Amino acid sequence: MNSGTPLLAIDRLCKAYAGPVLDGIAFDLLAGEVHALVGENGAGKSTLSKIVAGLVQPDEGTMTLRGQPYAPHNKNGAERQGVRMVMQELNLIGNLTVAESVLLGNLPHRWGWIDWRELRDRARGIFERVGLTDIDPGCFVKSLGVGRQQLVEIAAVLARPCDVLILDEPTAALTAPEIERLFVEIAKLKAAGTAILYISHRMEEIQRISDRISVLRDGRLIATRPAAELSLDEIVRMMVGRELGEAIHRESVTAGPVALRVEGLRRGDAVRDVSFETRRGEILGFAGLMGSGRTETMRALFGADRADGGEIFLCDEEKPVRIRSPRDAVRRGIALLTENRKEEGLLLPLPIRANITFLCLGQLSRAGGWIRAATELAEATRWGNALSVRCHSYEQRVDELSGGNQQKVMIAKWLFRNCDVLIFDEPTRGIDVGAKFEIYQLLADLAAQGKAVIVVSSDLKELMALCDRIAVMSAGRVAATFRRGEWTQDKIMTAALSGYLNQ
Amino acid sequence: MNRTANSSARPLLRSFPTEYLGLTLALSALVGVFSLITDHFFSVTTFRTIANQIPSAVLVATAMTYLLVIAEIDLSVGSVLGFCSAVLGVAMTQWHWPLPLAVIGTIAAGLLCGAFNGLVSVHWRLPSFIVTLGMLEMARGAAHAVTRSQTQYIGSSVEAIAGTSICGLSLPFLLAMVIVVAAQLVLTRTVFGRYLVAIGTNAEAVRLSGIDPRPIKLAVFLLTGLLVALAAIIDTSRFQSANPNAGTGFELQAIAAAVIGGTSLMGGRGSVVPTLFGVLITAVLNTGLAAVGARDETKRLITGLVIIAAVILDQYRHRLGAKWKNS
Repeated sequence: MNSGTPLLAIDRLCKAYAGPVLDGIAFDLLAGEVHALVGENGAGKSTLSKIVAGLVQPDEGTMTLRGQPYAPHNKNGAERQGVRMVMQELNLIGNLTVAESVLLGNLPHRWGWIDWRELRDRARGIFERVGLTDIDPGCFVKSLGVGRQQLVEIAAVLARPCDVLILDEPTAALTAPEIERLFVEIAKLKAAGTAILYISHRMEEIQRISDRISVLRDGRLIATRPAAELSLDEIVRMMVGRELGEAIHRESVTAGPVALRVEGLRRGDAVRDVSFETRRGEILGFAGLMGSGRTETMRALFGADRADGGEIFLCDEEKPVRIRSPRDAVRRGIALLTENRKEEGLLLPLPIRANITFLCLGQLSRAGGWIRAATELAEATRWGNALSVRCHSYEQRVDELSGGNQQKVMIAKWLFRNCDVLIFDEPTRGIDVGAKFEIYQLLADLAAQGKAVIVVSSDLKELMALCDRIAVMSAGRVAATFRRGEWTQDKIMTAALSGYLNQ
Repeated sequence: MNRTANSSARPLLRSFPTEYLGLTLALSALVGVFSLITDHFFSVTTFRTIANQIPSAVLVATAMTYLLVIAEIDLSVGSVLGFCSAVLGVAMTQWHWPLPLAVIGTIAAGLLCGAFNGLVSVHWRLPSFIVTLGMLEMARGAAHAVTRSQTQYIGSSVEAIAGTSICGLSLPFLLAMVIVVAAQLVLTRTVFGRYLVAIGTNAEAVRLSGIDPRPIKLAVFLLTGLLVALAAIIDTSRFQSANPNAGTGFELQAIAAAVIGGTSLMGGRGSVVPTLFGVLITAVLNTGLAAVGARDETKRLITGLVIIAAVILDQYRHRLGAKWKNS
């Protein structure tokens, strides 16, 4: 696949926002290849792909498409020249039907009136291409789960002809069979001569489907190599620029006293009867399939959603505590770091300082609630440094940070609050390999300090590396709990499926 | 390229010149233009007139700024002002209450309306736009019911409030300035103010941080009721009469002042001192145009254009500010 003139060539591309984001990038895309772009968050992958897709203009450098100069001013300009992108963030409009949003901009009509039958037929045809036979084109976008929405979005982009297709984390929300179907579609496009720029954190996928791999680090292109020549270790080494210890440094701990005990927690259909306990100094993992009720359990426990029933005990107390709102939970020393950092965790346009200190403003203020500005900044700096948040200044807006650093700000905020039970829901979603290991180490340190840490994750390997015990949820119940050494991947998967067998 | 940052406290007034430079320039330009065109504009009398006119508008616009910061709105401020004014008038002329008691009653009326707006929109999670739209009608109806649609002439017994002056400045004007400064400091320097900005930015994140936004929102609606009642007392005292139609259109003036000052209607961004500038700019514009001899329709046309121009300029200022920071 490595022959022929490049379809798209990029030369000496530079882009700077607050600091340089891309620095002298030169690479090319061949017709009919899958070119993977890997790198840590903040390495510049998304910016590079956005420049190619016309969403962002470069400061310097040139691009050539089919031998002609290529400098799109916006997304439409790029699309007219055959360059399309499936965004990481969804582009669909929730209040439209699936068919409308897929064909928006190209709605079939007769004298201005939308031709519904034609619309449905065309949409159905588009969905069938990616195997989405069970989606009703008339249903609303917002009624679909995130995974289905992502598939609809991909289908919408695939439906139009293009020469260069950019896929930014397309599989983040997809299930295994959906991913397989996407790969079949990618193979078809490849055979038809489309060049595909594929961005993902998932190394297995990249090694499976890509022909060449380009590694970005700190805005520079480290190397472009045929995928077959690179091992996973080599890729990771190039991405982070240093050797990574495979295992997390986790000292074997003797778990302390019980920190939290949950009995018979129920909420709607998602949480049917959940009981578990967690001890100080222990990391308890929650595994399970999508929709097994893990997130819902944690939200009910935290008071974010009102539980229908069940009891929660703290420490060795005989009496259950009443947790009816997040406020009650936080007062009892329980913290929940939600899976959607941006929507539910951070105050994005506010500075890092304000995010870190938000829960402890009382400690930082004089009588009457006057904040001591110098103390506030000092404390924010202390916690930010403790977690090595990478930023220019603690007055920087949080939405300018990479995903990993945003997560660190979240953790800093809760550590400052000094909670004893820390619940992490998908702590490493959307975070690159290097930052992931930092977060793992952090979780291990927290447990070593005597905190009770609960980690909900869909990444089984992550849980197996990190946790002392893993509770496996299935259909709203804890199906099994394993200790370190007892579990195998097979056992966990069997337990995860068990709840769905006898229904 | 990025290292953990240094920690130095912000000097207290460092932000003043950059923050308010544009607004100061706009205001000075307006004053300058009107002074050049007309002979009478640049005089103590003019400025005293403006200073006497604006206190009630300043109080209402301050309240509106707080509401916009938490991503709420109150369309009923004008009607509630009318209702409060009516209560004051009727209490004094028909029930023959002494002034202090009547003032307390008026404030109670304002707080009652604020509490209704706050409780209904917080408890039933209704958009405050809708709830206060309802209150806009209700309070106006109440104002007419209380006064039987007749303007209540109170006479000199209420004049004491607006008539008192300290160092040549009227009591209402001083009160308004004190409240603006206090509100600005509370917004930028206190825990309460930080919570307001946070709620306007992302109320769900605030809730999941273990801080209940509902009592805080309610407090802002109550504060609005209080400030509107104070504005009503000031205006009633100034005119020595209570008109059930008082305050018509006040809500839009207050929103316009806040918006001219750069407050976002989407919440999370806003400041009180710039709102004061917003009030001043509209007041100078009105007085100046009157001095030029412009007719009412021209005045409204130009005021409307100024509001839109101010928002466009504010957007440019933000983009410029972002560029400055990054270069």
